[in-house]
Order: sequence, then structure tokens, then C-alpha cells
Amino acid sequence: MTNVSVAKEDVAATDELVVLKSVNKHFGALHVLQDIDLTIGRGEVVVVIGPSGSGKSTLCRTINRLETIDSGTITIDGKPLPQEGKELARLRADVGMVFQSFNLFAHKTVLENVMLGQIKVRRTDKKQAEEKARALLDRVGVGTQADKYPAQLSGGQQQRVAIARALAMGPKVMLFDEPTSALDPEMINEVLEVMQQLARDGMTMVVVTHEMGFARSAANRVVFMADGRIVEQAAPDQFFSNPRSDRAKDFLSKILHH
Amino acid sequence: MFDFLEGYDVLGAFWMTVKLTVFSAVGSLIWGTLLAAMRVSPVPLMRGFGTAYVNIVRNIPLTVIIVFSSLGLADIFGVTLGAKDDFDVLGFRLAVLSLVAYTAAFVCESIRSGINTVPLGQAEAARAIGLNFSQTLRLIVLPQAFRSVIGPLANVLIALTKNTTVAAAIGVAEAATLMKDMIENEAQTLAIGAVFALGFVILTLPTGLILGWLAKRLAVKR
Repeated sequence: MTNVSVAKEDVAATDELVVLKSVNKHFGALHVLQDIDLTIGRGEVVVVIGPSGSGKSTLCRTINRLETIDSGTITIDGKPLPQEGKELARLRADVGMVFQSFNLFAHKTVLENVMLGQIKVRRTDKKQAEEKARALLDRVGVGTQADKYPAQLSGGQQQRVAIARALAMGPKVMLFDEPTSALDPEMINEVLEVMQQLARDGMTMVVVTHEMGFARSAANRVVFMADGRIVEQAAPDQFFSNPRSDRAKDFLSKILHH
Repeated sequence: MFDFLEGYDVLGAFWMTVKLTVFSAVGSLIWGTLLAAMRVSPVPLMRGFGTAYVNIVRNIPLTVIIVFSSLGLADIFGVTLGAKDDFDVLGFRLAVLSLVAYTAAFVCESIRSGINTVPLGQAEAARAIGLNFSQTLRLIVLPQAFRSVIGPLANVLIALTKNTTVAAAIGVAEAATLMKDMIENEAQTLAIGAVFALGFVILTLPTGLILGWLAKRLAVKR
């Protein structure tokens, strides 16, 4: 990013990076997102929690248009989400996404997974892409696995590679769609640690998760969703110690006491 | 014992069969892949064309397609495929064209079933890092799809090898044409039949074995 654009953003875009305005979406008869208004500031870490089927994953996926919306607007860095096509592909490159099921490219090595987007989308030359990929893999702690195939790695390692793959694009914001839900318990921490480091480094993050510990320690804000609506949002301390809505109290009582 | 083979160019005839097979295989692999890409593309017109093509072509007997290409394309519409006066060359090219058009429909369906074995998450991850539709297909989906359908494609290739015998209908000098000549001229009908049957088994058996081995070797581990 050049100095000029930083200066401009400071003035013009204040600090709103992702803005959702009265977003609605239906899956058939199910009204899965109902009038969602959500603003995510640059450098902010927003954790989205809520019961299953509350629409939190769908919300996450609308931000890079893996799910389309029926009405409302979504803007990223001041620009509305484009329709399918070149523009959308360019935007997606700026929005990193980490999936529940990792989705590493199964026929490519770990290193190739992290290099592919740089070479094919960013048009980086091969040598530079490899350097960056190796540096990122080292950063997430799987540098020694670079030449293996995804299926040869543990779930935790695969997910960290997936984070490196997203970071390789130099994204403005990272979306995490239940990144630890498919992991064995002993592998959850290694992924959360990488995410915590990212948060400390100032990455803008939207994290859909059931990891309340992560929400407490890394989030700037907790967004609680139920039945397709944002019911409550607050700073983590406030939300966990003193939830305002009954729905949130009920949810927290079920997950925190055992 | 094999003196009935004297004076006949059996090897030459089988060489023609091999040439028909190889050219048609390459052509139908390319055209079939394009058709499969059309069938999964987001553009309704392309999807419609792909679907219509496959459903029409795979339901027409190959004999009809090959005879039409000769009597219709060449004789009525004057298509020469760059072989103006050389009828041997023209016949060969028409046969390849027909075999490609026909086999591609089956290749397309094999590849499409392979595309369906690639988890949706692979394409989503590809789109999420900014790859467009064609890159997603070429770099992520098709390479995995191909590896999962090497077995079914081997079937198509074996069927293609045997289908080249239909080119006899328009007089291409391949194995079945020669067999017909020999059966007319020689007494040892059974022996002739056995020789040609064996010839085809020699051609197709290794194809199946090698591709079966490749399928195992290249399988994508998930």
C-alpha cells in the first residue's frame, strides 16, 4: 500500500472497512439473514457467535460473495461488492477466507497451495512467490511441511496452511468461518495461537467461532446472532459478564457452565 | 498354418486402426473437455448447448454419423477437410471427425461425473483467493476431476478403439475392412476372425492395464 492511499483513507473512509447495510437473505422459505447492519473497522477483530443455524456462517460468506444476498448493500473499503466477474475476483483476492474444512487444494503441495494465488492472481514472479510462501509457512509454524500434500498433514497443520494461503494474497480483511470446528481438541490451540498473533499484528478479522476463550482474549467486539438477526454486540468483557438480551443469557448459560 | 495371411497387409491395417484411435482419442479428449466445461459453466447458453450436444450425439448410432459425414458432409456439402482429390485421406479425416464428435459426448459425461467428485469447497477456496471461473476450472477442478475418471476414460478409449471398425463403412483401410476382404477371399473364416479379435485385444488390453495403474498412482488423496 502506498503512502498516498493510506493518507487518503485516513481522511475519507474514516476507518470503516466492511459495511453491511440492511442485508437480507433467504434460503427458500428460511429467512436466514434479517436486516443485518454491521460495520467493521480497520484493524478490528470481530467475533461472531451464536447457536447453530443462526446465520453466522452465511453472514461471513456474504462478505466475499460466496453467498449472494437478496437485498441490502455490502461495501468493502468504500466499494460495493461487484457482480460475478473480473471485478469480483479482484475483490475476493483482497478478502482472505479460512474455511471450516480447510479446503486446501488436494492435488497441490503445501507450498504450491500458498504460491498459486500470488502467481495466478497477483502475477508475482515465481521466485518471489516462493520466498513469501516459505516465510508465511514458517510464520504459521509449518515451514518444514512445504513439500507435502495436504492429506499428509494433521488438521491443525492444514488449517494453518490455509491461513498462510489467505495471507499470501495480502488481504485487507480475513474471514474465518468456524476455523477450529473440524479440528481435534488438541489441535485447536495451535490454530488459535496463529489467529491471536494475527490479531495482535493489526489484521482486520471477522471470526465465526465457538471458541469463547478466543473471543474473550482476542476480540475487540463480540457480535451475538440468533435466528438470522444480530441480537447484541458489545466488547467481550461486557458481553460475557453482563449480557443484556435474554437470548444471549440463555446461550451463554448453556455453553459456559460445564 | 498361417499361410492365409500371405499377401495381406494385416499389420498395415492395424496401423491404420491405431492411427484412427490416437487421432480420435486426442480430438475427443479436447472437445469432450470443452463440452464438460460448457456443461458446468455459469452461462445458460453454453450449458444449453453442451447438454443438447451430448444428448443428441450420444443417442445417434456411430454408423449413421460416419455414413452421414461421408455421404452428407463430403458428397452433398462438398466438405473436403483439405484433402481434395485423395479419397483415402478424405475418408480417414472424415472418420476421425465423426469419431471425435461421437466419442466426445462420452468423454464429456465421464469428466462431468469427475467434476462432481471434487468437493465444492475446492472451487470455493479457489474463488476465495481471487481465481476467476476459467482459472478455477483449469487449475483446481479439472486436474482433480481427470484423476478421478481415468478408469472411466479408459473404458471410453477401449470402446473408441473398437469403434474405429465402423470406419469400414466408408472404406477406410483399417483392420475391419481388411478382415471383410479376407473373409471373402479365403476359406479359413474362423482363423481370420480369431486373428483380428486377438489383434484388438492386443491393442486394448495394455490400454486398460496402463490406465488402471495410472488411475491408482494419480488418485488425489483427501
